[in-house]
Amino acid sequence: MSLTILNVVIAVVIAIAFAALNAAYLVWAERRGAGRIQRRPGPNVNGPLGLLQPPADGLKLMTKQLVIPGGADKALFVVAPVLAMVPAIMSFVTIPFSENVVARSMNIGVLMIFAFASLGGMAILFAGWGSRNKYGVMAAVRAVSQNISYEIPMLITVITIVMMTGTMNLKELVAGQSGGIWNWNLLPSLSSPLMPVAFLIFFVCTLAETNRAPFDLGEAESELVAGFHTEYGSMGFGLFFMGEYANIVIGASLITILFLGGWGCPLGLFPSVWWFLLKIYLLIFSFIWIRWTFPRTTIYGLLNLSWKILIPISLFNLLLTAGLLKVF
Amino acid sequence: MSGPIHIQPGETFTLNVGPQHPATHGVLRVKMEMDGEYIVKAETVLGYIHRMHELMGENRTYPQVLPNLSRLDYLGALGYTHGHVLAVERAAGIEVPERAEYIRAITVELNRVASHLFWFGAFVMDLGGFTPLMYAIEDREYILDMLEAVTGSRLTYCYYRFGGLYNDIDDEFVDRARAFIPRMRKSLKKYDALVTGNIIFRKRLDGIGPISAEMCRKYGATGPVARGAGIDFDVRKNEPYSVYPEFDFDVPVYDECDSLARYNVRMDEMEQSLRIIEQGLDKLPDGPIMPKKKPKLIKPPAGDYYQAVETARGSFGIRIVSDGTKNAYRFKLRSPTYSNMSLFDEACEGMMIMDALALMGSLDLVIPEIDR
Amino acid sequence: MIKDTVLQLIRELFPDPDPVVEEIVAEPAEGDEAEDAKKKPAKKKEKPRENGVIERDHAQYGYDIDVQLAPGELLATVVILDKAGFFLESVTGVDWIKEDQLEVVYDFSRYDFDTCRAVIRTRTPRAEPKVPTISKIFPGAGWHERETHDFFGIKFDGHPHLVPLLLPEDADFHPLLKDFKP
Repeated sequence: MSLTILNVVIAVVIAIAFAALNAAYLVWAERRGAGRIQRRPGPNVNGPLGLLQPPADGLKLMTKQLVIPGGADKALFVVAPVLAMVPAIMSFVTIPFSENVVARSMNIGVLMIFAFASLGGMAILFAGWGSRNKYGVMAAVRAVSQNISYEIPMLITVITIVMMTGTMNLKELVAGQSGGIWNWNLLPSLSSPLMPVAFLIFFVCTLAETNRAPFDLGEAESELVAGFHTEYGSMGFGLFFMGEYANIVIGASLITILFLGGWGCPLGLFPSVWWFLLKIYLLIFSFIWIRWTFPRTTIYGLLNLSWKILIPISLFNLLLTAGLLKVF
Repeated sequence: MSGPIHIQPGETFTLNVGPQHPATHGVLRVKMEMDGEYIVKAETVLGYIHRMHELMGENRTYPQVLPNLSRLDYLGALGYTHGHVLAVERAAGIEVPERAEYIRAITVELNRVASHLFWFGAFVMDLGGFTPLMYAIEDREYILDMLEAVTGSRLTYCYYRFGGLYNDIDDEFVDRARAFIPRMRKSLKKYDALVTGNIIFRKRLDGIGPISAEMCRKYGATGPVARGAGIDFDVRKNEPYSVYPEFDFDVPVYDECDSLARYNVRMDEMEQSLRIIEQGLDKLPDGPIMPKKKPKLIKPPAGDYYQAVETARGSFGIRIVSDGTKNAYRFKLRSPTYSNMSLFDEACEGMMIMDALALMGSLDLVIPEIDR
Repeated sequence: MIKDTVLQLIRELFPDPDPVVEEIVAEPAEGDEAEDAKKKPAKKKEKPRENGVIERDHAQYGYDIDVQLAPGELLATVVILDKAGFFLESVTGVDWIKEDQLEVVYDFSRYDFDTCRAVIRTRTPRAEPKVPTISKIFPGAGWHERETHDFFGIKFDGHPHLVPLLLPEDADFHPLLKDFKP
């Protein structure tokens, strides 16, 4: 019994360390990537290639005073950044990085991740509402409507996959795709010919769920100043920042697990954790690439995309798959 | 989507966009009465960077005012100084050598391209795309370096003198300007591929932010704002000044009245400016850059003189009321963005805030020039 | 040519350049100002500028039509220009302190190639400067009139929102008046 608890504690510590490290160095990667895309160097002063920039930023954020605005709702204001970070870390517990590298393999792993992901929307709502800032409230309302609209097509797509594979355990989901690229869920199969479309839908929804450009309406800096974290400074802001990057890692991991064969090699040889990491970092790079290429959508354009295009298509895909599963 | 909406009284809240807001590009404040994301009523508040240039124009002698004009619009300063020297030359009857006029036209057009480039980057940044700004600045930097070599400054130029120029251009400038034209044409193609064709970009601008021709007339909007509403008005063509009649160039006009039309007008204008620069460099005559005969002290005869020029933002007018002394009796600056901005209050009613700010970006605001 | 059309229409308000002044003087409503304009010598010209229409050489002055009229005639003239398709460039003032008058100057121009710049001037006594607003006809004049009010203290009758625009909200000074001491 105590061993199990110890296991869990170690797993959580590793998860936190992994999330924090990723968050810190993804900021660096994002800034370097943006610099490369914009033909400028990016951070390159602190340490070789600017690698000491994230610790420097972290130190600066941690030593700053956390200012709580006068009219703010103190409890919500303080809870919100924590709420942004904790669910993101918790999700790491169930993600299988490889056959053996998984903190806790659960048979409802998919469900758990989505349950935690929904909490992220609440953090934004608390932050925007609690800081009593008009821009914050507007951003919070935007972000919540965005999160809700994009969870639906995302979940419908996941249901399609769960129907095909018959499991909600992330490990088994990956195991079902082992053996090479031709077994991945990305490719169309007899029972589900629209799988590439489903992948695109899931990819777009991940961008929206993680509040990444071009769907970063919650913090649209050109109209809402900084959106829901307008009033946050010091580590409150830092936690939101880390939460965002932790969510990106989770989103990329989910795409990898659901569609890209998890830790499997495209040719079916030597499955290992390195394949998994390679895949998620490629996906994260594509997120960065998209962010620095596209302008931001509008809030109605965003909601229209979800309700008028993504949801009907994903529903159609679900019905088609259900029908074809009966046939084959 | 952004049509007018009906709301009950007491359901709105007031949002102060500015005076320090990322989208206003300076210290401009718009008091918006909001119903959720919709703007019910907007009131622009100006004057945060008002410096009373018109009084300075009265207190100083004509040459002393020269540097003031470039402090109006820090992006397209040469167009404004050009208007000033033309006005004083008209009032005092000073002849300008042809070479000086050609160099003025070339440098003004270079400055116009630089101004439009910066607007392009800032406008896409308003829409949430950060990268084009960096690309635009790279090209703009080339122009600024070029202008710095002949004028001595990068933004607030004081290059033109009454009757001519401060400094002649050299072969190096001509070579760099010639090299710049193909480079800029290539860049324009790149911008088209990166931005103009982008579906998100088009969806945010197409049909959004209508400003009709009638509205332009009632508010006195000029420049790309008017040309985006189907009005073929360009002071360079309508009231030719300097050596512009010698050049063969077109005035891009779009009839759609939306933000995209205003964007397209400016992008096309860059190409036309390049054409003018090209022709100017080809035709550049030899000769002096200052007139032989020039009054020591500039004292225009008493009277009321007006001069309009086409700057990067529209028609800039300068009125000099002279009483025959070395100071102007009245020095009025008619800045184009002042008129262009005044229609914002009416145009943005009933729009969503993000569309309204895209509309504001498409007006190409430079706040010091509005506030003067 | 639009210039001739407009000139003719404006002249209908002032049947002939020379008798015009007489007529306006005869009218009781605008009598005072016309008297003032006659009495005080304008600084920019040898003899005082009288109300009436002057055609200007565009190359020398930069505009074509130069109309001076009494404030009461303003709206009718602006309507003529509005109907003729002119747009408002700017509104500004000039302080003729020696004549104890403030002049309000309206600049109009055209979008088409029938180039014609029209300048409308009207004078009002310095002690109580007051002219009717044209913001009902050209909404764009709203800001220009507020600016002129800021700088000269000229009241625009009927202006919906005559509060300081460029100067601070509580400004009670008018910097472009010639007797302004900072």
